[in-house]
Amino acid sequence: MGSGRLYLAVAVGGFRRYATYRAATAAGVFTNTVFGVILVYTYLALWDEKPHLGGYDQAQAVTYVWLGQCLYATLAIQGGGAEKDLMERIRTGEIAVDLYRPADLQLWWLAGDVGRALFQMLGRGVIPFVFGAVFFPMALPTEITPWLAFLVTLLLATLVSFAIRYLAALSVFWLMDGMGVNQALMITGVFFSGMVLPLNAFPGAFGEIVRVLPWAAQLQMPADVLMGETDPWRAYAFQAAWAVVLLAAGRLVQSAATRRVVVQGG
Amino acid sequence: MSDEAFIELDGVEKVFDVRKKTGFLKRERRQVRAVDSISFTVPRGEMVGYIGPNGAGKSTTIKMLTGILTPSGGRLRVAGIDPSRERTRLAHRIGVVFGQRTTLWWDLPLIDSYKLMHRMYRIPDARYRENLDRLVELLDLGALLDVPVRQLSLGQRMRGDIAAALLHDPEVLYLDEPTIGLDVISKSRVREFLRELNAERGTTVLLTTHDLQDIEQLCSRVMVIDHGRMMYDGPLAGLHEVGESERTLVVDLERELPPIEVPPARVVKVEGPRQWLAFPAAESAAVLVARVAAEYPLVDLSVREPDIETVIAKMYAEQAEQAEKAGSAGNAGKAIS
Repeated sequence: MGSGRLYLAVAVGGFRRYATYRAATAAGVFTNTVFGVILVYTYLALWDEKPHLGGYDQAQAVTYVWLGQCLYATLAIQGGGAEKDLMERIRTGEIAVDLYRPADLQLWWLAGDVGRALFQMLGRGVIPFVFGAVFFPMALPTEITPWLAFLVTLLLATLVSFAIRYLAALSVFWLMDGMGVNQALMITGVFFSGMVLPLNAFPGAFGEIVRVLPWAAQLQMPADVLMGETDPWRAYAFQAAWAVVLLAAGRLVQSAATRRVVVQGG
Repeated sequence: MSDEAFIELDGVEKVFDVRKKTGFLKRERRQVRAVDSISFTVPRGEMVGYIGPNGAGKSTTIKMLTGILTPSGGRLRVAGIDPSRERTRLAHRIGVVFGQRTTLWWDLPLIDSYKLMHRMYRIPDARYRENLDRLVELLDLGALLDVPVRQLSLGQRMRGDIAAALLHDPEVLYLDEPTIGLDVISKSRVREFLRELNAERGTTVLLTTHDLQDIEQLCSRVMVIDHGRMMYDGPLAGLHEVGESERTLVVDLERELPPIEVPPARVVKVEGPRQWLAFPAAESAAVLVARVAAEYPLVDLSVREPDIETVIAKMYAEQAEQAEKAGSAGNAGKAIS
């Protein structure tokens, strides 16, 4: 189909855009590796005091840390993916150019973000993960099935992650500026995705709540599927449900936004 | 669809609600008429200048013509299509270029953006290659195709943007300030290209600009809009008549003097030793300067041609005058309301 080739081209463009910034990628790899090491020793200390916290043993906790570092940029957990560009284009009025195109705004930005995610996974995520696997004991599956299931959850996680950030970006049509939204995205993203601690480790009602929020689809689900802590089909269903709800909400907000659009800057 | 009216506007309006803060938690709601009952038609293949000062409603009109803004009232058709209802269908038939915005992919080589256009407009492969070759040659883009857009100069980027807007053979091209910020050479290059495009391909062109020279060199017809209203719609010559009827000579004298007398010029403004003299455009500035220099202690001088703002101010003045005489607004000379 013709439009399939368009969005494929957009995704390839998204990939190549990020690929042009080699120094930024190298700096990112370095940062994620250093953070990984710091977090690993923090977690080891914690799991030493509280063995089997959140149902993980020490090797699983270590694996979780390196997965987090691998997916941090891939899923734009603290923001900084397509939504950053989109907010800027809405703020400056450049969005008018996008609206002239015979293309769907949401699919366009999703395609670009998927391309970006793929590059950041390969260019920025894999190295810290391999580093972790070489220097620390990790709980990785030896057969192929969990890895395949993991890839499916990653794809779904990418959709959920995009859907959250797309909604946030569209708010700029009303707010006129994305500074506050970006802050909120960063804090919620980092905390509710389980970058600080696995969501499994949170006790009581609070834990119950954070585990059903959409951010749980980002890091917790892929990690649990890879390490065999949850049924893959349950994870797919959870992620797909949030993806559908949030992407549909994005479409609704998008049509409201473009109808009331006061494209800024003449 | 008849060729007489490729673009057709009939009493088109756009009203924005603007909320203004008037105090703590207090908002005043006000309606702004960005475009106020505008009517015009543009036949296929015509090249029309659409001019007016900042905030006149030019861009709002273009946004309605492309369908990203819905008119608040009136009827609007482009190629028989209602743009706001069928924006995507229309998009395949129009090209848009903004002087101050870009459709190109900032971080990637120019050619990547063109490949994207190829897919986006579903241009058949053979036609894409043919159009690309032609545009690359005409706009001299050959050496730039592999350069990331962020490294292009403004003039180069502008040419790149124009090519991007034309790859799918649009029937109409909207240009919003296509020469803004360009140097003289780049400007004339863009103008030359547009002239050729219009002559050879019969592309309808609607051009907004601040630069009267753009209009002079490209358009036989010009529309002037201000405060959302059409002030003038007619041949460029007519605009000259209204607008360039007077030039201004600014003289710096040695000291403050009462308004100097050099008919037919008349002093319109005095500020210390500086005086502004309006004189008919047909009169020679040289003769006037010689007379001022002979009769008064002249230090420095400059001659100012009327700009669009002046033209429009004059139109207003004339309109008001006529309205006073006739007791009704409108039909003031060539200016229409």
